[in-house]
Amino acid sequence: MAKKRGTGMAAVSYPIGMHLGGDPTGALVHATSGGNFVVAMSSVDLGQGLKTVMAQIAAEALGVPLDTVIIDTGDTDTGPHCSGTGASRTTHRAGNAVIAAAKEARSAMLDVAAEMLEVSAADLETDGKGNIHVAGVEEKSVSVAETVQAGTFQFGKTIAGRGLFLVPKSPQDPETGESDPHSTQAHACTVAEVEVDTESGEVEVLSLKSAYEIGRQINPELVKGQIVGGAWMAIGHTLCETTAPYYPTTEHAPLDFLNYGMTGVAEMPEVECELLEFPSPSGPFGAKGVGEMVANSPIPAIVNAINNALDLDISDIPVTPEVILRALDAQAAGAD
Amino acid sequence: MSEKHKIEAGHAVGQPVTLRELESHVKGQTVYYEDVKVPRMLHLKVHRSSVAHARILDIDTSRAEQSDGVVSVLTYRDVPATKVWTHFEAVGIAPGAEPILALDKVRWKGEPIVAVVAESLKQAEDGAAKVKVTYEKLASVFDVDAALAPGAPNLFDCWPDNHYLFPDDHAAAQIRFGDAEKAFAEADHIVEHVYNTRPIEQAPIETAGCVAVPGSDGRFTLYTNSQSLSNTRNNAAEIAGISPARLHLIGGTAGGGFGGKVDMAIEPMALLAAMKSKRPVKYRFTREDEMTVSSTRAAWRVSIKDGVMQDGRIVARYVTTHQDVGAYLRNSIYGAFKHASHMPGPYTVPNVSADVFCVFTNRTPSAAMRGFGVMPASFAIEMQMDRIAKALRMDPWQLRLKNAFRNGDMKAHRREVWDAALVETIQATARLSGKDLPEDYKQMSSQKRLGS
Amino acid sequence: MTAKLVQLTVNGREEHIAADGLISLQQVLREKLDYNTVKDGCTQGGCGACSVLVDGELALACLLPVSRLEGAEITTLEGLNESNSAGVIQESFVEHSAAQCGFCTSGMIISAKALLDENPTPSRDDIMEAISGNLCRCTGYLPIIEAVQSAAGKLAKGGDGE
Ligand code: FES
Ligand code: FES
Repeated sequence: MAKKRGTGMAAVSYPIGMHLGGDPTGALVHATSGGNFVVAMSSVDLGQGLKTVMAQIAAEALGVPLDTVIIDTGDTDTGPHCSGTGASRTTHRAGNAVIAAAKEARSAMLDVAAEMLEVSAADLETDGKGNIHVAGVEEKSVSVAETVQAGTFQFGKTIAGRGLFLVPKSPQDPETGESDPHSTQAHACTVAEVEVDTESGEVEVLSLKSAYEIGRQINPELVKGQIVGGAWMAIGHTLCETTAPYYPTTEHAPLDFLNYGMTGVAEMPEVECELLEFPSPSGPFGAKGVGEMVANSPIPAIVNAINNALDLDISDIPVTPEVILRALDAQAAGAD
Repeated sequence: MSEKHKIEAGHAVGQPVTLRELESHVKGQTVYYEDVKVPRMLHLKVHRSSVAHARILDIDTSRAEQSDGVVSVLTYRDVPATKVWTHFEAVGIAPGAEPILALDKVRWKGEPIVAVVAESLKQAEDGAAKVKVTYEKLASVFDVDAALAPGAPNLFDCWPDNHYLFPDDHAAAQIRFGDAEKAFAEADHIVEHVYNTRPIEQAPIETAGCVAVPGSDGRFTLYTNSQSLSNTRNNAAEIAGISPARLHLIGGTAGGGFGGKVDMAIEPMALLAAMKSKRPVKYRFTREDEMTVSSTRAAWRVSIKDGVMQDGRIVARYVTTHQDVGAYLRNSIYGAFKHASHMPGPYTVPNVSADVFCVFTNRTPSAAMRGFGVMPASFAIEMQMDRIAKALRMDPWQLRLKNAFRNGDMKAHRREVWDAALVETIQATARLSGKDLPEDYKQMSSQKRLGS
Repeated sequence: MTAKLVQLTVNGREEHIAADGLISLQQVLREKLDYNTVKDGCTQGGCGACSVLVDGELALACLLPVSRLEGAEITTLEGLNESNSAGVIQESFVEHSAAQCGFCTSGMIISAKALLDENPTPSRDDIMEAISGNLCRCTGYLPIIEAVQSAAGKLAKGGDGE
């Protein structure tokens, strides 16, 4: 009987937003005479989809079509301050800054449309498809593009807005630790199923099933991408990844990918996930954040599953085959 | 475009919109910092310490300076202003103690000593290999416990016990909530264990790098894949002793990060080299650099001691954590605070005490990685939850549901919970995985605590 | 050091390269010929970001000294873009969100192309085998596998783009 199966679970929460506060991020929005809305920022997209998510937030808050929104980011001359991509802060901080800027630009846009239609700006609505109309009277309408043109050439008005989101500093009390450490919490729970080869010590993760609660999802496709990518990273962290395989010695430190164990494509199991949405009042359109937490519940779930399969007590990662074989030897010795 | 990416007209939020750069990614046309071609660009290679802990007796750069293609050579003498990294000082959490280029001492194998700038990368590498440093070796320490033991080799005069001193001279980032000692005395069971993680490399497929370009107007343009442009600009300016107004950072599109590009380790060096060489300079970590000298996720040792009642309620939790920060602090205090504030995890425990130490060893310095401070906290807590369940012969799901925080509960950092959803998340996972929970556990909610 | 003149065909164009010492195909393509789709994730043969086709076969450009490539035909992703011969694969990558940061993606597309040219009806195992030399730190591979599967399905149905 060389193969043993086990299951394990883990549940986590994750603090969203830069710990201790004091981390401003800004955005500037303006309409171009070519018909686009440019959002200038100096935030960084690492591949998680910052530009996509900010475009969605800007389009929604402006009430204009998504494809007219340009995200111009990554330039410290043209974009306002950003405290960086990290700490699961970007969707929350930059998202709130973009909303503030977009709201101001929207109100400038509606002021121009109101003059064009000779109504009060308060009576105007956008359809998100490129039109502005009087609430309840769809025929009484003007397009966003015409409004921008009229603002520029007829009324001499800039359609633009500013946003800067800043959470005040909240240092931790050195004695008690009292502080406002985060802006909201996201949650996750994972069940892992594993099969362990007791001869080779190798672990196969058979499945990872998780539920996530991350507030409102701005973009479910990108959220899923983070969860699947994080599940893979978690398997690597749990089973093989380290720059110090014989910690605390510095021996056998890897110099390249061939010797730095990352999980191979063939070791990737099915990943199932379900999303719950408890919109956060502090987040942009109720969003929390997801990028950083995605390895946190799978790692302990997998180790708990290994312990469950083998009736072991492993408490350190990574759980390499060597670790498992030594633990099984110790278990056998103890049983004698 | 497939059906699933069609978005509902008029509403952008909540839709599975295709990643903006996906079309350019699949054609290989996304522009990363390295894809910007800069004429007459030089390359930089750093000569690094070959020993883990030593006094520097002499730095001889004469052969490097004569080496083929070498344009300039920088030592600590070429660092005009602060001489030390000021990581995260912008947000007020770390003092500078790490030299940009070592002067009198090295504290880890890989510490930068001399930067060699040459026409080609190969020539820079050859030049860097010709730098000769004479060391007087010092005893080194690689283990947290050994570093804290009396008589251990000391890394910093200002931190004689090899751990960072938090405000008011506290040895650790602390949480003190309730009366843990009293609660332990009254608890039915004590469950205690130590959990460890090891250093991990962020390993984005694109390594960290920057090209610094002197402009004719006295400003410098830095093309970079930094995760934080504004802070990096300010940090680089401070180190170079110039106004941040003279720097223009362009980036925003990185080939992955995971915390591996928040160190600001690259840009100041590239800037100093460009200033000295009066030409554009590229400084880029090789993969071997990423594996050996770029900051890792720290090794964390988390000891948890819980007081538990027979019915599964956790009434007291003591946490002692040692973060092996390596030879320099970088932004480790941030991780320590975050780790401390996360305790006791997503559970309501009325009596909590936590101490999180930042311990110096002669290892490669550690810093941020995805889930900084929280990943090791979650790992230890969730391993401990299963250990408690086993000790009590209780179902691990029920143990977690029973202790999960509810809205209105007081957290150890003295703020009420108002956005809890752990109970619902656990229940959803139970349904998804076919785990059958007893009816009263199915009825639980984050809104209120039933039957207590 | 004596530079040897090497003749190559890159994306259908004849190139004459002065190959000094061990200069790699990756350096020539990226730095001398400006083929930016050839990425550099390791320069050690460990990540696949520099994948290209050499005489139709998958190769890691960072490991190939140009001096050994006299007469070879090289195809980079730029070449596939011009002929639109990876169009179906690229479309499937987009449909399946098979990239996040995109740094591994040109190499992935090249590997997928090499696979499907050789084996138009790959199994899931064949796909995993084919991309096993291409590392991706972002996606967890599942969307990439699905994308290649779906591209194979489309091509089998006589999909266009070839
Ligand atoms: S760059 Fe060639 S395999 Fe990594
Ligand atoms: S998408 Fe980032 S490495 Fe693959």
